[in-house]
Amino acid sequence: MPHTTPLIELRHISKRFGSVVALEDVSFRLGSNEIVGLLGDNGAGKSSLVKILSGVEQADSGSFSVNDTSVALKSYSVKMARKLGIETVYQERALCENQPLWRNVFVGRHKRNRFGLIDVAYERQATETILKEFMGLRGAGVSADACVAVLSGGERQGLAIGRAMYFAASAVILDEPTTALSLTEVSKVLQFIQQIRKAGRSAVFISHNMRHVYEACDRFVILDRGRVVQELNKGDITLEGLSSLLTGLACGATPANEHMESGEGE
Amino acid sequence: MQAATILRRYSIQIGVTCILLALVALFMVLSPKTFLASRIYISFLSTIPFTTLLAVGLTFCIVSGEMDISFPAVMALSGLIFAMVFKATGSPLLGLIACLATGMVAGLGNGVLVVGFGVPSIIATIGTQFLWRGLAVVLADGLARNIVDVRDTWIHSLFVGRLWDVIPAQAIWCLLLCVAAWLILNRHVYGDSLLFIGDNIRTARMTGVSVSRERILLFAGMGLISAFVSFLICLEMANWWPTMGEGYMLLVFASVFIGGTSVFGGKGTIYGTAIGSIIIGIIEAGVISSGLSGFWTRLVYGMIIVISVSIYALTLKTRRE
Repeated sequence: MPHTTPLIELRHISKRFGSVVALEDVSFRLGSNEIVGLLGDNGAGKSSLVKILSGVEQADSGSFSVNDTSVALKSYSVKMARKLGIETVYQERALCENQPLWRNVFVGRHKRNRFGLIDVAYERQATETILKEFMGLRGAGVSADACVAVLSGGERQGLAIGRAMYFAASAVILDEPTTALSLTEVSKVLQFIQQIRKAGRSAVFISHNMRHVYEACDRFVILDRGRVVQELNKGDITLEGLSSLLTGLACGATPANEHMESGEGE
Repeated sequence: MQAATILRRYSIQIGVTCILLALVALFMVLSPKTFLASRIYISFLSTIPFTTLLAVGLTFCIVSGEMDISFPAVMALSGLIFAMVFKATGSPLLGLIACLATGMVAGLGNGVLVVGFGVPSIIATIGTQFLWRGLAVVLADGLARNIVDVRDTWIHSLFVGRLWDVIPAQAIWCLLLCVAAWLILNRHVYGDSLLFIGDNIRTARMTGVSVSRERILLFAGMGLISAFVSFLICLEMANWWPTMGEGYMLLVFASVFIGGTSVFGGKGTIYGTAIGSIIIGIIEAGVISSGLSGFWTRLVYGMIIVISVSIYALTLKTRRE
Protein backbone atom coordinates (compact mmCIF):
# COMPACT_ATOMS: atom_id res chain seq x y z
CA MET A 1 0.00 0.00 0.00
CA PRO A 2 1.46 3.37 -0.97
CA HIS A 3 -0.83 5.23 1.43
CA THR A 4 0.77 4.41 4.75
CA THR A 5 1.35 7.83 6.34
CA PRO A 6 -2.00 9.43 7.06
CA LEU A 7 -2.20 13.06 6.08
CA ILE A 8 -5.41 13.63 7.99
CA GLU A 9 -6.64 11.37 10.73
CA LEU A 10 -9.94 11.69 12.55
CA ARG A 11 -10.54 9.40 15.51
CA HIS A 12 -13.88 8.76 17.21
CA ILE A 13 -15.42 12.02 16.04
CA SER A 14 -18.97 12.82 17.18
CA LYS A 15 -21.12 15.78 16.27
CA ARG A 16 -24.64 16.71 17.29
CA PHE A 17 -26.86 19.49 16.03
CA GLY A 18 -29.31 20.01 18.86
CA SER A 19 -30.87 16.62 19.41
CA VAL A 20 -29.83 15.28 16.00
CA VAL A 21 -26.76 13.08 15.98
CA ALA A 22 -24.94 13.92 12.75
CA LEU A 23 -21.80 11.85 13.35
CA GLU A 24 -21.18 9.18 15.93
CA ASP A 25 -17.75 7.75 16.67
CA VAL A 26 -16.49 8.28 13.15
CA SER A 27 -12.87 7.49 12.37
CA PHE A 28 -11.50 8.54 9.03
CA ARG A 29 -8.05 8.76 7.50
CA LEU A 30 -6.72 10.26 4.34
CA GLY A 31 -3.30 9.06 3.18
CA SER A 32 -0.85 11.16 1.25
CA ASN A 33 -1.45 11.22 -2.50
CA GLU A 34 -4.66 9.32 -1.97
CA ILE A 35 -8.14 10.11 -3.27
CA VAL A 36 -10.89 8.85 -1.00
CA GLY A 37 -14.54 8.74 -1.98
CA LEU A 38 -17.04 9.53 0.74
CA LEU A 39 -20.36 7.85 0.01
CA GLY A 40 -23.72 7.61 1.64
CA ASP A 41 -27.31 8.68 1.25
CA ASN A 42 -28.66 12.10 2.24
CA GLY A 43 -28.37 12.47 5.98
CA ALA A 44 -25.63 9.86 6.25
CA GLY A 45 -23.24 12.46 7.63
CA LYS A 46 -21.13 13.28 4.57
CA SER A 47 -21.63 17.01 4.72
CA SER A 48 -21.16 17.09 8.48
CA LEU A 49 -17.83 15.36 8.04
CA VAL A 50 -16.87 17.81 5.29
CA LYS A 51 -17.81 20.76 7.49
CA ILE A 52 -15.64 19.44 10.29
CA LEU A 53 -12.70 18.83 7.97
CA SER A 54 -12.99 22.27 6.41
CA GLY A 55 -13.42 24.05 9.74
CA VAL A 56 -16.92 25.41 9.11
CA GLU A 57 -18.24 23.38 12.08
CA GLN A 58 -16.42 22.07 15.12
CA ALA A 59 -16.67 18.47 16.34
CA ASP A 60 -18.05 17.79 19.83
CA SER A 61 -15.66 15.00 20.76
CA GLY A 62 -12.91 12.84 19.35
CA SER A 63 -9.46 13.72 18.12
CA PHE A 64 -8.10 15.16 14.93
CA SER A 65 -4.59 15.24 13.60
CA VAL A 66 -3.01 16.60 10.45
CA ASN A 67 0.46 15.31 9.53
CA ASP A 68 0.75 13.63 12.93
CA THR A 69 0.19 16.94 14.70
CA SER A 70 -2.93 16.99 16.78
CA VAL A 71 -5.42 19.80 16.23
CA ALA A 72 -7.52 21.37 18.98
CA LEU A 73 -11.12 20.55 18.06
CA LYS A 74 -12.74 23.69 19.41
CA SER A 75 -10.41 26.28 17.93
CA TYR A 76 -10.32 24.70 14.48
CA SER A 77 -11.61 27.11 11.81
CA VAL A 78 -11.68 27.75 8.05
CA LYS A 79 -8.55 29.88 8.37
CA MET A 80 -6.75 27.22 10.35
CA ALA A 81 -7.75 24.52 7.88
CA ARG A 82 -6.23 26.60 5.12
CA LYS A 83 -3.06 27.08 7.13
CA LEU A 84 -2.80 23.32 7.50
CA GLY A 85 -3.25 22.88 3.74
CA ILE A 86 -6.85 21.70 3.72
CA GLU A 87 -8.89 23.43 1.01
CA THR A 88 -12.56 22.83 0.29
CA VAL A 89 -14.31 23.09 -3.07
CA TYR A 90 -18.05 23.41 -2.69
CA GLN A 91 -20.57 22.49 -5.35
CA GLU A 92 -22.14 25.92 -5.36
CA ARG A 93 -21.14 28.87 -3.20
CA ALA A 94 -17.52 28.33 -4.18
CA LEU A 95 -17.33 31.50 -6.26
CA CYS A 96 -19.14 34.83 -6.49
CA GLU A 97 -20.59 35.27 -9.96
CA ASN A 98 -20.33 39.01 -10.47
CA GLN A 99 -16.77 39.35 -9.23
CA PRO A 100 -13.69 39.07 -11.43
CA LEU A 101 -11.75 35.82 -11.38
CA TRP A 102 -8.74 37.27 -9.57
CA ARG A 103 -10.91 38.48 -6.68
CA ASN A 104 -12.42 35.02 -6.41
CA VAL A 105 -9.04 33.35 -6.32
CA PHE A 106 -7.75 35.56 -3.53
CA VAL A 107 -10.86 36.39 -1.49
CA GLY A 108 -10.19 36.08 2.23
CA ARG A 109 -6.39 36.04 1.73
CA HIS A 110 -5.40 38.88 -0.54
CA LYS A 111 -1.80 39.73 -1.15
CA ARG A 112 -1.20 43.25 0.06
CA ASN A 113 1.42 45.71 -1.03
CA ARG A 114 3.35 47.96 1.34
CA PHE A 115 0.48 50.47 1.47
CA GLY A 116 -1.85 47.79 2.79
CA LEU A 117 -3.74 47.73 -0.48
CA ILE A 118 -4.47 44.70 -2.64
CA ASP A 119 -1.61 43.90 -5.02
CA VAL A 120 -3.83 43.62 -8.08
CA ALA A 121 -1.05 43.12 -10.62
CA TYR A 122 0.33 40.17 -8.67
CA GLU A 123 -3.11 38.62 -8.21
CA ARG A 124 -4.02 39.00 -11.88
CA GLN A 125 -0.77 37.34 -12.85
CA ALA A 126 -1.33 34.43 -10.48
CA THR A 127 -4.87 33.99 -11.77
CA GLU A 128 -3.65 33.94 -15.37
CA THR A 129 -1.22 31.21 -14.33
CA ILE A 130 -4.05 29.12 -12.89
CA LEU A 131 -6.11 29.67 -16.04
CA LYS A 132 -3.30 28.66 -18.37
CA GLU A 133 -1.40 26.01 -16.49
CA PHE A 134 -4.01 24.31 -14.36
CA MET A 135 -7.17 24.76 -16.40
CA GLY A 136 -5.54 24.68 -19.81
CA LEU A 137 -7.40 27.80 -20.98
CA ARG A 138 -5.19 29.48 -23.53
CA GLY A 139 -5.65 32.47 -25.76
CA ALA A 140 -7.74 35.56 -25.26
CA GLY A 141 -10.95 33.76 -24.36
CA VAL A 142 -10.97 34.30 -20.61
CA SER A 143 -8.89 36.80 -18.67
CA ALA A 144 -8.33 37.28 -14.96
CA ASP A 145 -10.60 40.32 -15.14
CA ALA A 146 -13.57 38.43 -16.55
CA CYS A 147 -16.48 37.73 -14.21
CA VAL A 148 -17.10 34.22 -12.98
CA ALA A 149 -20.48 34.37 -14.75
CA VAL A 150 -18.73 33.80 -18.11
CA LEU A 151 -17.30 30.44 -17.01
CA SER A 152 -19.11 27.14 -17.57
CA GLY A 153 -19.96 24.97 -14.58
CA GLY A 154 -16.96 22.71 -15.14
CA GLU A 155 -14.62 25.66 -15.56
CA ARG A 156 -15.87 27.10 -12.29
CA GLN A 157 -15.01 23.89 -10.47
CA GLY A 158 -11.67 23.94 -12.28
CA LEU A 159 -10.99 27.44 -10.99
CA ALA A 160 -11.95 26.44 -7.46
CA ILE A 161 -9.71 23.36 -7.60
CA GLY A 162 -6.93 25.38 -9.27
CA ARG A 163 -7.24 27.93 -6.47
CA ALA A 164 -6.82 25.18 -3.89
CA MET A 165 -3.75 23.89 -5.72
CA TYR A 166 -2.32 27.37 -6.06
CA PHE A 167 -2.44 27.79 -2.30
CA ALA A 168 -0.49 24.54 -2.02
CA ALA A 169 -3.30 22.49 -0.55
CA SER A 170 -2.07 19.11 0.58
CA ALA A 171 -5.67 17.92 0.76
CA VAL A 172 -8.56 19.14 -1.38
CA ILE A 173 -12.06 18.37 -0.18
CA LEU A 174 -14.48 18.20 -3.09
CA ASP A 175 -18.08 18.51 -1.93
CA GLU A 176 -20.27 17.24 -4.77
CA PRO A 177 -18.22 18.96 -7.48
CA THR A 178 -19.97 17.20 -10.37
CA THR A 179 -23.60 17.76 -9.39
CA ALA A 180 -25.71 19.63 -11.94
CA LEU A 181 -23.02 19.53 -14.63
CA SER A 182 -23.34 18.29 -18.21
CA LEU A 183 -21.42 15.20 -19.32
CA THR A 184 -18.54 17.06 -20.94
CA GLU A 185 -18.29 19.35 -17.93
CA VAL A 186 -18.15 16.34 -15.61
CA SER A 187 -15.26 14.84 -17.56
CA LYS A 188 -13.42 18.14 -17.22
CA VAL A 189 -13.87 18.08 -13.47
CA LEU A 190 -12.71 14.46 -13.28
CA GLN A 191 -9.60 15.48 -15.21
CA PHE A 192 -8.97 18.28 -12.72
CA ILE A 193 -9.22 15.71 -9.94
CA GLN A 194 -6.62 13.56 -11.69
CA GLN A 195 -4.34 16.59 -11.72
CA ILE A 196 -4.58 16.66 -7.93
CA ARG A 197 -3.27 13.11 -7.90
CA LYS A 198 -0.51 13.87 -10.42
CA ALA A 199 0.65 16.78 -8.31
CA GLY A 200 1.13 14.36 -5.41
CA ARG A 201 -1.70 15.85 -3.33
CA SER A 202 -4.67 14.14 -1.71
CA ALA A 203 -8.41 14.62 -2.04
CA VAL A 204 -11.69 13.65 -0.46
CA PHE A 205 -14.42 13.32 -3.06
CA ILE A 206 -18.06 13.48 -2.03
CA SER A 207 -20.77 12.70 -4.56
CA HIS A 208 -24.04 10.89 -5.08
CA ASN A 209 -22.86 9.76 -8.47
CA MET A 210 -21.28 6.36 -7.96
CA ARG A 211 -19.74 6.30 -11.41
CA HIS A 212 -17.84 9.55 -10.87
CA VAL A 213 -16.61 8.49 -7.45
CA TYR A 214 -15.60 5.05 -8.65
CA GLU A 215 -13.66 6.51 -11.56
CA ALA A 216 -11.79 9.08 -9.50
CA CYS A 217 -11.00 7.39 -6.20
CA ASP A 218 -8.59 4.85 -4.73
CA ARG A 219 -10.63 3.99 -1.68
CA PHE A 220 -14.24 4.37 -0.54
CA VAL A 221 -15.64 5.15 2.86
CA ILE A 222 -19.34 4.53 3.26
CA LEU A 223 -21.37 6.39 5.86
CA ASP A 224 -24.83 5.54 7.05
CA ARG A 225 -26.80 7.43 9.69
CA GLY A 226 -23.74 9.09 11.12
CA ARG A 227 -21.50 6.04 11.28
CA VAL A 228 -18.82 4.55 9.05
CA VAL A 229 -20.25 1.23 7.91
CA GLN A 230 -17.70 0.13 5.36
CA GLU A 231 -14.27 0.97 3.99
CA LEU A 232 -13.17 -0.57 0.69
CA ASN A 233 -10.21 -0.32 -1.64
CA LYS A 234 -10.96 0.10 -5.31
CA GLY A 235 -9.43 -3.32 -6.07
CA ASP A 236 -11.86 -5.04 -3.71
CA ILE A 237 -15.10 -4.05 -5.39
CA THR A 238 -16.60 -3.34 -8.80
CA LEU A 239 -18.69 -0.32 -9.68
CA GLU A 240 -21.79 -2.53 -9.73
CA GLY A 241 -20.94 -3.96 -6.34
CA LEU A 242 -20.49 -0.50 -4.88
CA SER A 243 -23.78 0.69 -6.37
CA SER A 244 -25.83 -2.18 -5.03
CA LEU A 245 -24.16 -1.85 -1.67
CA LEU A 246 -25.34 1.73 -1.42
CA THR A 247 -28.78 1.07 -2.82
CA GLY A 248 -29.10 -1.69 -0.24
CA LEU A 249 -28.20 0.70 2.53
CA ALA A 250 -30.65 3.27 1.28
CA CYS A 251 -33.57 0.83 1.22
CA GLY A 252 -32.74 -1.15 4.31
CA ALA A 253 -34.20 -0.62 7.73
CA THR A 254 -32.32 -3.76 8.85
CA PRO A 255 -28.82 -3.54 10.34
CA ALA A 256 -26.24 -2.31 7.89
CA ASN A 257 -23.96 -5.32 8.24
CA GLU A 258 -26.24 -7.76 6.46
CA HIS A 259 -26.42 -5.49 3.46
CA MET A 260 -22.72 -5.08 3.36
CA GLU A 261 -22.23 -8.78 3.10
CA SER A 262 -24.71 -9.13 0.29
CA GLY A 263 -23.05 -6.17 -1.41
CA GLU A 264 -19.61 -7.64 -1.13
CA GLY A 265 -20.81 -10.95 -2.50
CA GLU A 266 -21.48 -9.53 -5.92
CA MET B 1 -10.78 43.28 -29.27
CA GLN B 2 -8.91 45.14 -26.54
CA ALA B 3 -10.95 48.30 -27.07
CA ALA B 4 -14.17 46.31 -27.11
CA THR B 5 -13.36 44.68 -23.77
CA ILE B 6 -12.60 48.03 -22.17
CA LEU B 7 -15.78 49.48 -23.61
CA ARG B 8 -17.81 46.62 -22.18
CA ARG B 9 -16.12 46.62 -18.80
CA TYR B 10 -16.59 50.34 -18.27
CA SER B 11 -19.90 50.66 -20.09
CA ILE B 12 -21.70 52.07 -17.06
CA GLN B 13 -19.03 54.66 -16.31
CA ILE B 14 -18.94 55.71 -19.96
CA GLY B 15 -22.74 55.79 -20.13
CA VAL B 16 -23.19 57.96 -17.07
CA THR B 17 -20.46 60.35 -18.25
CA CYS B 18 -22.25 60.71 -21.60
CA ILE B 19 -25.52 61.51 -19.83
CA LEU B 20 -23.79 64.24 -17.82
CA LEU B 21 -22.07 65.74 -20.86
CA ALA B 22 -25.29 65.68 -22.87
CA LEU B 23 -27.14 67.37 -20.04
CA VAL B 24 -24.53 70.11 -19.66
CA ALA B 25 -24.51 70.64 -23.44
CA LEU B 26 -28.29 70.87 -23.44
CA PHE B 27 -28.31 73.46 -20.65
CA MET B 28 -25.57 75.42 -22.43
CA VAL B 29 -27.81 75.64 -25.48
CA LEU B 30 -30.97 76.42 -23.53
CA SER B 31 -29.44 79.01 -21.23
CA PRO B 32 -26.02 80.03 -22.48
CA LYS B 33 -25.88 83.04 -20.16
CA THR B 34 -25.87 80.83 -17.08
CA PHE B 35 -24.09 77.71 -18.24
CA LEU B 36 -21.30 79.37 -20.20
CA ALA B 37 -20.24 81.44 -17.19
CA SER B 38 -18.23 80.17 -14.24
CA ARG B 39 -20.49 81.33 -11.43
CA ILE B 40 -22.99 78.50 -11.65
CA TYR B 41 -20.17 75.93 -11.49
CA ILE B 42 -18.70 77.52 -8.36
CA SER B 43 -22.11 77.36 -6.81
CA PHE B 44 -22.38 73.66 -7.77
CA LEU B 45 -19.07 73.05 -6.03
CA SER B 46 -20.53 74.34 -2.80
CA THR B 47 -23.78 72.36 -2.88
CA ILE B 48 -23.15 69.09 -4.73
CA PRO B 49 -20.42 67.70 -2.40
CA PHE B 50 -23.02 67.06 0.31
CA THR B 51 -25.06 64.82 -1.97
CA THR B 52 -21.94 63.20 -3.40
CA LEU B 53 -20.51 62.23 -0.01
CA LEU B 54 -23.81 60.77 1.20
CA ALA B 55 -24.23 58.90 -2.09
CA VAL B 56 -20.71 57.46 -1.84
CA GLY B 57 -21.52 56.21 1.66
CA LEU B 58 -24.77 54.72 0.47
CA THR B 59 -22.96 53.05 -2.46
CA PHE B 60 -21.03 50.95 0.06
CA CYS B 61 -24.35 49.89 1.63
CA ILE B 62 -26.04 49.02 -1.66
CA VAL B 63 -22.95 47.19 -2.95
CA SER B 64 -23.10 45.06 0.20
CA GLY B 65 -26.75 44.29 -0.44
CA GLU B 66 -27.97 46.53 2.38
CA MET B 67 -30.16 49.63 2.58
CA ASP B 68 -29.85 52.54 4.97
CA ILE B 69 -32.71 54.98 4.88
CA SER B 70 -31.96 56.38 8.32
CA PHE B 71 -29.06 58.56 7.15
CA PRO B 72 -31.09 61.82 6.96
CA ALA B 73 -32.18 61.24 10.56
CA VAL B 74 -28.61 60.48 11.62
CA MET B 75 -27.66 63.80 9.99
CA ALA B 76 -30.28 65.63 12.02
CA LEU B 77 -29.17 64.03 15.29
CA SER B 78 -25.42 64.42 14.83
CA GLY B 79 -25.81 67.93 13.41
CA LEU B 80 -27.76 68.91 16.51
CA ILE B 81 -25.04 67.47 18.75
CA PHE B 82 -22.49 69.56 16.85
CA ALA B 83 -24.56 72.72 17.29
CA MET B 84 -25.23 72.04 20.97
CA VAL B 85 -21.61 71.20 21.85
CA PHE B 86 -20.36 74.21 19.90
CA LYS B 87 -22.81 76.52 21.64
CA ALA B 88 -21.98 75.09 25.05
CA THR B 89 -18.18 75.01 24.74
CA GLY B 90 -17.41 77.44 21.94
CA SER B 91 -15.09 74.82 20.44
CA PRO B 92 -15.96 73.67 16.93
CA LEU B 93 -13.37 70.88 17.22
CA LEU B 94 -15.12 69.38 20.26
CA GLY B 95 -18.35 69.79 18.34
CA LEU B 96 -16.91 67.90 15.38
CA ILE B 97 -15.70 65.05 17.57
CA ALA B 98 -19.04 64.77 19.37
CA CYS B 99 -20.85 64.95 16.04
CA LEU B 100 -18.81 62.13 14.45
CA ALA B 101 -19.12 60.01 17.60
CA THR B 102 -22.90 60.46 17.57
CA GLY B 103 -23.11 59.45 13.93
CA MET B 104 -20.99 56.40 14.52
CA VAL B 105 -22.98 55.28 17.54
CA ALA B 106 -26.25 55.73 15.62
CA GLY B 107 -24.76 53.72 12.74
CA LEU B 108 -23.59 51.02 15.14
CA GLY B 109 -27.14 50.89 16.45
CA ASN B 110 -28.36 50.19 12.93
CA GLY B 111 -25.64 47.58 12.50
CA VAL B 112 -26.55 45.77 15.71
CA LEU B 113 -30.22 45.66 14.72
CA VAL B 114 -29.36 44.25 11.30
CA VAL B 115 -26.50 41.90 12.11
CA GLY B 116 -27.11 41.08 15.77
CA PHE B 117 -30.90 40.79 15.74
CA GLY B 118 -31.25 39.86 12.08
CA VAL B 119 -33.75 42.58 11.17
CA PRO B 120 -33.57 43.24 7.39
CA SER B 121 -31.75 46.54 6.95
CA ILE B 122 -34.56 48.32 5.10
CA ILE B 123 -36.96 47.59 7.96
CA ALA B 124 -34.44 48.27 10.72
CA THR B 125 -33.57 51.67 9.26
CA ILE B 126 -37.21 52.61 8.72
CA GLY B 127 -37.50 52.16 12.47
CA THR B 128 -34.30 53.93 13.47
CA GLN B 129 -35.06 56.73 11.02
CA PHE B 130 -37.97 57.72 13.29
CA LEU B 131 -35.91 56.98 16.37
CA TRP B 132 -32.91 59.21 15.54
CA ARG B 133 -34.97 62.09 14.22
CA GLY B 134 -37.41 61.78 17.09
CA LEU B 135 -34.52 61.92 19.51
CA ALA B 136 -33.10 64.98 17.74
CA VAL B 137 -36.40 66.84 17.79
CA VAL B 138 -37.00 66.02 21.46
CA LEU B 139 -33.48 67.13 22.41
CA ALA B 140 -33.85 70.32 20.40
CA ASP B 141 -37.33 70.96 21.72
CA GLY B 142 -38.34 71.33 18.09
CA LEU B 143 -36.36 74.51 17.65
CA ALA B 144 -33.59 75.41 15.22
CA ARG B 145 -30.12 76.36 16.49
CA ASN B 146 -28.40 79.41 15.14
CA ILE B 147 -24.60 79.01 15.24
CA VAL B 148 -23.52 82.08 13.34
CA ASP B 149 -20.40 82.42 15.55
CA VAL B 150 -18.95 79.37 13.86
CA ARG B 151 -18.19 81.51 10.81
CA ASP B 152 -15.28 83.12 12.65
CA THR B 153 -13.51 79.86 13.49
CA TRP B 154 -10.58 78.17 11.75
CA ILE B 155 -12.62 74.97 11.44
CA HIS B 156 -15.09 76.88 9.30
CA SER B 157 -12.37 78.08 6.91
CA LEU B 158 -10.78 74.64 6.83
CA PHE B 159 -13.94 72.75 5.89
CA VAL B 160 -16.24 75.16 4.06
CA GLY B 161 -14.03 78.21 3.42
CA ARG B 162 -13.21 79.42 -0.06
CA LEU B 163 -9.84 78.42 -1.45
CA TRP B 164 -8.28 81.48 -3.18
CA ASP B 165 -11.63 83.10 -2.41
CA VAL B 166 -13.18 80.96 -5.13
CA ILE B 167 -13.26 77.22 -4.66
CA PRO B 168 -15.43 75.92 -1.82
CA ALA B 169 -13.29 73.79 0.53
CA GLN B 170 -16.02 71.14 0.80
CA ALA B 171 -15.42 70.30 -2.86
CA ILE B 172 -11.78 69.49 -2.09
CA TRP B 173 -12.76 67.38 0.94
CA CYS B 174 -15.29 65.62 -1.21
CA LEU B 175 -12.73 64.86 -3.91
CA LEU B 176 -10.24 63.50 -1.37
CA LEU B 177 -12.86 61.35 0.29
CA CYS B 178 -14.02 60.03 -3.09
CA VAL B 179 -10.47 58.94 -3.89
CA ALA B 180 -10.21 57.30 -0.47
CA ALA B 181 -13.57 55.59 -1.02
CA TRP B 182 -12.42 54.32 -4.43
CA LEU B 183 -9.30 52.85 -2.85
CA ILE B 184 -11.27 51.21 -0.06
CA LEU B 185 -13.87 49.69 -2.38
CA ASN B 186 -11.56 48.59 -5.17
CA ARG B 187 -8.12 48.16 -3.68
CA HIS B 188 -8.62 47.32 -0.04
CA VAL B 189 -9.53 44.00 1.54
CA TYR B 190 -12.48 45.65 3.29
CA GLY B 191 -14.10 46.67 0.01
CA ASP B 192 -13.41 43.24 -1.40
CA SER B 193 -15.23 41.66 1.54
CA LEU B 194 -18.21 43.98 0.98
CA LEU B 195 -18.37 43.09 -2.73
CA PHE B 196 -18.45 39.39 -1.88
CA ILE B 197 -21.00 39.88 0.91
CA GLY B 198 -23.25 41.76 -1.50
CA ASP B 199 -22.73 39.25 -4.28
CA ASN B 200 -23.42 36.13 -2.24
CA ILE B 201 -23.27 36.26 1.52
CA ARG B 202 -23.02 32.48 1.95
CA THR B 203 -20.04 32.24 -0.39
CA ALA B 204 -18.42 35.14 1.42
CA ARG B 205 -18.79 33.28 4.71
CA MET B 206 -17.40 30.04 3.23
CA THR B 207 -14.36 31.82 1.85
CA GLY B 208 -13.38 33.15 5.24
CA VAL B 209 -14.78 36.71 5.16
CA SER B 210 -15.74 37.92 8.67
CA VAL B 211 -19.25 38.70 7.49
CA SER B 212 -20.79 39.97 10.75
CA ARG B 213 -17.94 42.27 11.66
CA GLU B 214 -17.71 43.80 8.19
CA ARG B 215 -21.46 44.46 8.04
CA ILE B 216 -21.54 46.17 11.45
CA LEU B 217 -18.59 48.32 10.37
CA LEU B 218 -20.49 49.18 7.19
CA PHE B 219 -23.41 50.72 9.10
CA ALA B 220 -21.07 52.49 11.51
CA GLY B 221 -19.26 53.95 8.49
CA MET B 222 -22.50 55.17 6.94
CA GLY B 223 -23.33 56.85 10.26
CA LEU B 224 -19.92 58.48 10.29
CA ILE B 225 -20.29 59.88 6.77
CA SER B 226 -23.79 61.16 7.52
CA ALA B 227 -22.44 62.92 10.60
CA PHE B 228 -19.57 64.46 8.64
CA VAL B 229 -21.95 65.80 5.99
CA SER B 230 -24.30 67.20 8.62
CA PHE B 231 -21.28 68.93 10.18
CA LEU B 232 -20.39 70.46 6.80
CA ILE B 233 -23.97 71.62 6.27
CA CYS B 234 -24.14 73.16 9.76
CA LEU B 235 -20.93 75.07 8.99
CA GLU B 236 -22.06 76.15 5.53
CA MET B 237 -25.47 77.34 6.76
CA ALA B 238 -24.28 78.41 10.25
CA ASN B 239 -27.50 76.86 11.40
CA TRP B 240 -29.14 73.62 12.50
CA TRP B 241 -32.82 72.93 11.90
CA PRO B 242 -35.07 69.98 12.87
CA THR B 243 -35.80 68.75 9.34
CA MET B 244 -32.12 68.75 8.35
CA GLY B 245 -31.28 65.96 5.91
CA GLU B 246 -34.81 65.20 4.81
CA GLY B 247 -34.36 66.67 1.34
CA TYR B 248 -31.38 64.41 0.66
CA MET B 249 -33.08 61.05 0.94
CA LEU B 250 -34.34 60.66 -2.61
CA LEU B 251 -31.58 62.69 -4.25
CA VAL B 252 -28.97 60.41 -2.72
CA PHE B 253 -30.72 57.20 -3.72
CA ALA B 254 -31.21 58.60 -7.22
CA SER B 255 -27.49 59.46 -7.46
CA VAL B 256 -26.47 55.93 -6.52
CA PHE B 257 -28.80 54.27 -9.02
CA ILE B 258 -28.06 56.70 -11.85
CA GLY B 259 -24.43 55.84 -11.15
CA GLY B 260 -25.16 52.24 -12.13
CA THR B 261 -24.89 50.53 -8.76
CA SER B 262 -26.86 47.30 -8.80
CA VAL B 263 -29.72 47.07 -6.35
CA PHE B 264 -28.94 43.34 -6.09
CA GLY B 265 -25.53 44.02 -4.54
CA GLY B 266 -22.00 43.07 -5.49
CA LYS B 267 -21.66 45.73 -8.17
CA GLY B 268 -21.15 49.45 -8.04
CA THR B 269 -18.64 52.17 -8.71
CA ILE B 270 -17.62 55.29 -6.82
CA TYR B 271 -17.07 57.10 -10.11
CA GLY B 272 -20.59 56.30 -11.30
CA THR B 273 -22.09 57.49 -8.03
CA ALA B 274 -20.10 60.74 -8.06
CA ILE B 275 -21.16 61.52 -11.63
CA GLY B 276 -24.72 60.50 -10.72
CA SER B 277 -24.74 63.01 -7.90
CA ILE B 278 -23.48 65.75 -10.22
CA ILE B 279 -26.26 64.95 -12.70
CA ILE B 280 -28.81 65.18 -9.90
CA GLY B 281 -27.15 68.36 -8.62
CA ILE B 282 -27.22 70.33 -11.85
CA ILE B 283 -30.74 69.47 -12.97
CA GLU B 284 -32.60 71.94 -10.78
CA ALA B 285 -30.44 74.92 -11.71
CA GLY B 286 -30.49 73.85 -15.34
CA VAL B 287 -34.25 73.52 -15.50
CA ILE B 288 -34.88 76.88 -13.88
CA SER B 289 -32.27 78.81 -15.85
CA SER B 290 -33.69 77.31 -19.04
CA GLY B 291 -36.83 79.28 -18.33
CA LEU B 292 -39.01 76.43 -17.11
CA SER B 293 -40.73 76.77 -13.78
CA GLY B 294 -39.39 74.94 -10.75
CA PHE B 295 -42.26 72.50 -11.04
CA TRP B 296 -40.46 70.89 -13.96
CA THR B 297 -37.49 69.83 -11.86
CA ARG B 298 -39.12 66.71 -10.51
CA LEU B 299 -40.35 65.70 -13.93
CA VAL B 300 -36.82 65.93 -15.33
CA TYR B 301 -35.40 64.04 -12.33
CA GLY B 302 -37.92 61.34 -12.98
CA MET B 303 -37.10 61.13 -16.67
CA ILE B 304 -33.34 60.92 -16.14
CA ILE B 305 -33.66 58.30 -13.40
CA VAL B 306 -36.13 56.11 -15.27
CA ILE B 307 -34.19 56.29 -18.52
CA SER B 308 -30.81 55.53 -16.95
CA VAL B 309 -31.92 52.61 -14.79
CA SER B 310 -33.82 51.16 -17.77
CA ILE B 311 -30.69 51.33 -19.92
CA TYR B 312 -28.64 49.55 -17.24
CA ALA B 313 -31.26 46.86 -16.75
CA LEU B 314 -31.46 46.31 -20.52
CA THR B 315 -27.68 46.04 -20.94
CA LEU B 316 -27.54 43.51 -18.11
CA LYS B 317 -30.37 41.55 -19.68
CA THR B 318 -28.82 41.43 -23.15
CA ARG B 319 -25.43 40.52 -21.69
CA ARG B 320 -27.00 37.56 -19.93
CA GLU B 321 -28.87 36.31 -22.99
